[in-house]
This record gives sequence, structure tokens and C-alpha cells, in this order.
Amino acid sequence: MDMMVHPIKVVSAASPEVASAAIKIAARSVNVFYGDKHALKDVSVDVPERAVTAFIGPSGCGKSTFLRCINRMNDTIPIARVTGQILIDDLDIYDPSLDVVQLRARVGMVFQKPNPFPKSVYENVAYGPRIHGLAKSKADLEEIVVTSLKKASLWEEVKERLTDPGTGLSGGQQQRLCIARAIAVSPEIILMDEPCSALDPIATARIEELIDELRANYTIIIVTHSMQQAARVSQRTAFFHLGVLVEEGQTETIFTNPSDKRTLDYITGRFG
Amino acid sequence: MTDVALAAAARTRVARDTAAEARVRARYRAEWRFRMYGLLAIALTGVFLVIVLTDVLRKGLPAFTQYHLNLEVNVDPAEIDPQNTRDPGVIRAGDFHALVRSALRGIFPEVSERAVRRRLDALLSSGASDALRDRVVSDPSLIGTSARVPVLISADADLYFKGLGTNIDRRDGRGAATPTGTIGEISITSTANDFSPDLTYIKLTISIRARDLRAEAERFRRSLRTVEARRGELESSLAAARNANDAARIAAAESALKPVLGDQETLTSRASEAENRAAELQARLDRVDSQETLEDTQPSVLVAINGGLVKVKQLGNARIDGEVLLPLSSESEAAPGAWQIITYITPEANRRAGDREVTWLERLKQMGLVEAGFNWRFFSAGDSREPELAGIRGALTGSALTLLVTLLICLPLGVGAAIYLEEFAIKNRVTEVIEVNINNLAAVPSIVFGLLGLAVFLNFIGLPRSAPIVGGLVLALLVLPTIIIAARAALKAVPPSIKEAALGVGASHQQAVFHHVLPLAIPGILTGTIIGMAHALGETAPLLMIGMVAFIVEVPTSVTDAGTVLPVQIYLWSDLPEIGFQAKTAAAIIVLLGFLFVMNGAAIYLRRRFERRW
Repeated sequence: MDMMVHPIKVVSAASPEVASAAIKIAARSVNVFYGDKHALKDVSVDVPERAVTAFIGPSGCGKSTFLRCINRMNDTIPIARVTGQILIDDLDIYDPSLDVVQLRARVGMVFQKPNPFPKSVYENVAYGPRIHGLAKSKADLEEIVVTSLKKASLWEEVKERLTDPGTGLSGGQQQRLCIARAIAVSPEIILMDEPCSALDPIATARIEELIDELRANYTIIIVTHSMQQAARVSQRTAFFHLGVLVEEGQTETIFTNPSDKRTLDYITGRFG
Repeated sequence: MTDVALAAAARTRVARDTAAEARVRARYRAEWRFRMYGLLAIALTGVFLVIVLTDVLRKGLPAFTQYHLNLEVNVDPAEIDPQNTRDPGVIRAGDFHALVRSALRGIFPEVSERAVRRRLDALLSSGASDALRDRVVSDPSLIGTSARVPVLISADADLYFKGLGTNIDRRDGRGAATPTGTIGEISITSTANDFSPDLTYIKLTISIRARDLRAEAERFRRSLRTVEARRGELESSLAAARNANDAARIAAAESALKPVLGDQETLTSRASEAENRAAELQARLDRVDSQETLEDTQPSVLVAINGGLVKVKQLGNARIDGEVLLPLSSESEAAPGAWQIITYITPEANRRAGDREVTWLERLKQMGLVEAGFNWRFFSAGDSREPELAGIRGALTGSALTLLVTLLICLPLGVGAAIYLEEFAIKNRVTEVIEVNINNLAAVPSIVFGLLGLAVFLNFIGLPRSAPIVGGLVLALLVLPTIIIAARAALKAVPPSIKEAALGVGASHQQAVFHHVLPLAIPGILTGTIIGMAHALGETAPLLMIGMVAFIVEVPTSVTDAGTVLPVQIYLWSDLPEIGFQAKTAAAIIVLLGFLFVMNGAAIYLRRRFERRW
């Protein structure tokens, strides 16, 4: 809890190896237009594998838009148009021959507001593996559900009520259920769009712990409004402002010694 | 000094406060007024609803019961099965109506005159022997014995028992009365002036009628004067035209004069006719012999004496002449109080059941042969020209078949269209035009859909006329927009986060819609569908266009049989002149309202039961 008191203090030890780790996602000159509005301008960034990258910036700066480019969620918005290149493991995800459903199975997503299906806890987690045919048998499926719930550190709380509706859980539990649901299809990347903004501090802390555990196996990108959160959970941080990627680098560097004045102004609370 | 300042401050504060208070009061008044408008609207609606429902229930509920006679019928083998075959086919063809008729005649043996006997037979419905036939066919051992069976009576007789007959007034004779015979035309003389109240009353009605006739004659005379004035004008203009020798004007004046002359003639004859009748009535009133002839426009007076009943034709103060309706047992004198004067207050001309019929029905009731029961036939029979035989089975089956066709077409098509438009269609000009037109179609008058059905389904495709399949197709067109709009609204009401969640775990768009969005939208879709179906159930106009308005007795068994539907049946019955059908109309309306009530109730239940909150 101590970390919440001091606004800017990098807790996670961002080791130099992380920075030099393999590049999982590489974005090159990504532009996004919503109709006439140029929402994201020429963004190029590398996201390292098995690490947490935080996108920070004031509201409307394009960080969520960029996040939604990575699993092509922007496709669902008819007026959105994306140019440029995003490579995951050197594979262009905007290649016309790529199946977007396959992509989304590899790139899971957790949303701002917990959005479990209005079904049982079990069904929430089992849905993804079932439609992707990940389980050969019922026992397999059960195994996947239990493992996912354990990984999302929700198992102890819900093992007695797997058949209860997922919408009946508390907000924090619902969000961890959503994480379990994302994990269940064995993605390589998990995108989190302000996953704690609808939660209280205790639930937030649990999610942050979870993120820290998950980075051992997954590449995680988290969009957050809270600079403290970015500082606590991420190894790398990218600062967006007015649709432009202003600065990207090691979290420690960004928060202690930013090279751009806008970044400095933002993290010291002069705007945003 | 300070006091003055304080007082000034207080004044300004008070001033500000009163302004603020006035604003608050105005706000409260505005809120109160608005609440009152609402209450008034609700109260008004409630009053109209109550009026409509009471009227329909009052008129329709009697149709759910039916009176019948419980007659002991002798099942005569000669009429049913003369060869003694005991073959159900032969038995079924037997003349059971003759048996029932003779059973009724057995109760009134004095009825011998042909015309009167026909009136007695008319008390029975043409379906009077149905129950007897069914009994005997299922149990042939009844042949040769006698059986007590329910016998359906005619609609007029039925209505008489339901209180649409006449009020009956009875009072005891004060003097001793002596009849001059037991049958045929007889006189009865009383020792007291027993009949003077009736005579006074009759004279009063005559004087009222004479006064009305005089007023009528006066009205005719007045119109006649205007017509005569007009004639004078026209004749003078005709004369002027003749003088000027203007052929066109002469022709115009002559042609204008012709109808005026006709009017004058009619009015003159009507006026003098009314005057003559008034004078006639006045002469009757002025006569000294204080005897009156009763007419069928006046209440009927009858005398019950010595076990018989006499209908009065000539009425005096202490003596009547009349016709025997039920034979007397003797000519002996009846003591004061042992005989009765009976008045059927509604004049015979204003009744469906004449004096003879009333007398017979009252006698049957006295004998305990009249029973009321639930009118099962109303639900088990098809249409008929006889009100007492008509039922709604055909219309109900027709409605069910029609709605089945409608539902089978509407639900998949409507929901499919809604899903496509809401979730998959590319938003462009074309889809926009389609959307606007779907909304507009919901407001197209239903008769237009009927015309479309007539042109396309009957004339072009050549489907059978009056068939539920065509009705179902037309109603499907009518209801489709409603269902599409309701289904789209239901789909739109599902929060987008659910779809995003599904897409996020790698469901395809279609999987997301069919696995997650559609199940959540189903209660709303069902509600819309049921309300659409209720709308279709009550629809009449388009079905008239495709010939579902025919008189069809058979109950349809398939969607291609000719049939009709409940609201069209109501429309058909409401048009018929028989009073018996008025009650049937109201009763069918009750059934229709009942179905609509149940359907809307089901919609509300589904909405409550399956509504999910998230």
C-alpha cells in the first residue's frame, strides 16, 4: 500500500535484459482515422516479449485506439481506417490473408468495465476454448477452466460456485474472471484497456499483482490513466499525446528522466 | 441608526423572499396542474374502458348460456328405422325432427289449426333433434322406448327466456267471472268492473296516438304550404316565359315544376291520411259504449281462468270477448281471486315472440321443462344462418391456422432480417433506404396489404381464395415490419460490451451474435412477436380483400380450406338483422378480447421472466 502514497516511484525492477528481450510486437507508421478525424498519427513502437508495457497519456490521446489496433478490434467500428504496419512475430496482422479470429485468439483482451457473459462462471471461461476446439474432452475443458481460474488467482474464491452467474461476482472478481477468460484460449499477448478504472483500490492491487505474475508467460500491454499504476506494473512505458507517440522507453527512465518536455509536464501533473 | 439599517436589510431580504416564494409556489402549481392532467387522462380512459367492457359483457354474456326444453320424446321406430336394421347409417338419416315436434305437440293437444301448429313448431330450432339423434345413434336400444332429451329451442324463444320478451303484470279478479265457452271465441263477464283500468289505459294510449297523428298531419300541412308557395313562384315564372316565348326558359321552368307537383301530391295524401286516422281514433274515444278493440300495437291483455288462458280482443269495463289460447277446463263461474288478469306490457308488434308463443313458453316453464345450460355449441359449431346454431369453432380454427402460417413466416424472416440489418449489413445508402422503408411499412394501412395479397397471392400465384394460407401470408406482410423493428430494438438493447467480450476471446462476428447477443435479445424479440401476432389476430380489413369474408359452415381442417377468422366472423355477425346474432357478436368479441388479453399477458410474463440485467 505504501506505493500508493508516493505518486511517482518505480517499484518494478526493470532489468536491462527486458529491454533487450525479443520484440513481440512491432508497429510501423500506424495511422488511424475515424472518418475525417486523424486519431493516431504515425506511431512506431516495439513491444518486448514477456514484459508489461504501459501506455499512458491524457484522455483522447489515442492510447486505447492504438491498443485496439493490435487485435484489430477497430474493425468493428465501420468508420475506422488503419494504415501502416503492425507485426506480431514478424507477421503483418493487417495482411488481407490473415484470419482476424485467429489473431484474436492469440491476442486476448481485457476491457475497461468488467464484462463477463451473463452465464455461469464456468461457461465464461469455457466459451473461448470450446469455440476454438482447444479441449478434446470434457475433462480437458475442465482442466483448462481450472488452470485459467488458478492463473487468474480466482480459483480459491469461485471453486464452490462455478455454476453461479459470472455477473454475480464482485467487480474485482469479475475483472479477474475476464482475465481468466482471456487466458483460457492460451494467447501470447494480453491487451488490457484500463482494467482497474472501475475497481476499488484493493481490487486494483490484486489485479496489479496478477499482472506482475502473468508477465512471466505473456506479453502484456496495459493502458492506464494512473501513472502510479504504470510505474508499479510496467517495465516499459509509452507516452501518447494528441494522437502522437511522444516518448517510449524503460519505465524508470520515463518517470525519472524523460527526454521530452511534454512527458515531464504530464508526469508531474501540469496537464492531463 | 443600526435599527434603521437592520430594518432596511430585513426589508430587502423579505422582498427577495416573497419573489422566491412566488416562484416556488408557481412551480408547485405547475407540477400540480401537470399531475392533474395525467390523472384526468387516466380517469377518462378508465371510464371509456369500463363503458365498453360493461356494454360488451352485458350483451355478450347471455350468449354463453342457452335455454333448451327437456322433453320426453317417444322414439318411434316407424320414423327412424322401419325395417329394423339397427344400421347407424339408416338411423342417422331418420326423421328425428318429426319425433321432437310431435313430443311438443303432445304437450299442447288443443293446437289443431294448421297455421297455429306451424307457430308451435317454430318454437323449436332446426337443430332441435341433434341431441336426440346422437343419443339414439350411440344407443339403438332406445328405439321403441321414450327418452328424455334436451331439445334446442329457436333463437326467439331463447331470447324470450333471456329477458328480451316482455314484462308480465298479473292481478287477481275482484268479481266473479263467468266464461261462455271452453274453446274458440268466448266472452267472459265479471260481476265487478275488473277491466276498467285496462280500458282506461288503452283509451289513454289511443288519445296519445291521436294527438301524435294530428301533430304529424300539421307538420305535413306546413311543408305543403312551402311547397305550394314554391309552385306559385314557378308557375308565374313559367307564365312569364310563355309570354316571352322563350323555349329554353319554358323547358327549365317546366322541369323544375314537375317534382314540386309530385311533392305536393305526396304531402297532401299523407296529411289527409294522418288526419283521417286521427279522426277515426277520436271517434273511437268519443263512443259511449266504452268498448275497445285491442290492437297489436297496444299491450296484450289476457285472462287466466279455470286452468285456461283467453286473449282479450274486445275490452269492456266488466266484460271481454276473446280467443282461447289454452283451453278452459269448464264454463263454471270463477270466484273472486280465483282468476287473474294478465298483461303482457310490451305490445305484440314490438316483440319477437307473439302472445301465443309467450303463452306456450310460460306454460312450458311452469311445467319445469325449460332448462338453461352452458352453450357448448357456441364453441363446437361452425357458422350458421340460425343464431341458436351458430358457433365460433370455424372462426377460431381459421384464426389458429392463419396465425400459424403468419408465425412460421414472420418469426424466422423477421428475426433474420433484424439480425442482418442490425449486425451485418454494411451501412450505406441502400440499407438506409431499406431501414426507412421498413419503418414506413409499419404505418401502411392494412387494407393495402389486402389489395397486395389479392393481386399477388390470388390473381398472380393463384392460391385458393378464402384460405388461411393466403390470410397468413397477407398478415405476415403486415406484421413483418413490427417484428423487425421490435427485434432490432431488442438486439440494439444488448450492451456492446458483451459482443466485444466475445470478439475479444476470438469468437467470429457470427458466433458473437448467435451465441451471446441473440440469446439476450430473445425476450424482447418474443414480446415484439407476440404483440405482432395479437395485432394480426385482430386484423380484419386485409382479410376481406382476399375473400375470408365468405359464409362458411364447415370448420377448416387445413390451411388451404376455405375459412374465416374471428374478427371477420364478428364483422359478419354484426351485419345480420337477427337479434340473436347481436348477442353472438358480443360473445365473439369477448372471446377475441380474451385471446388478446392472454397473448399480451404472455408477452408481459416473458419479458418479466427472462429479462436479464447486467
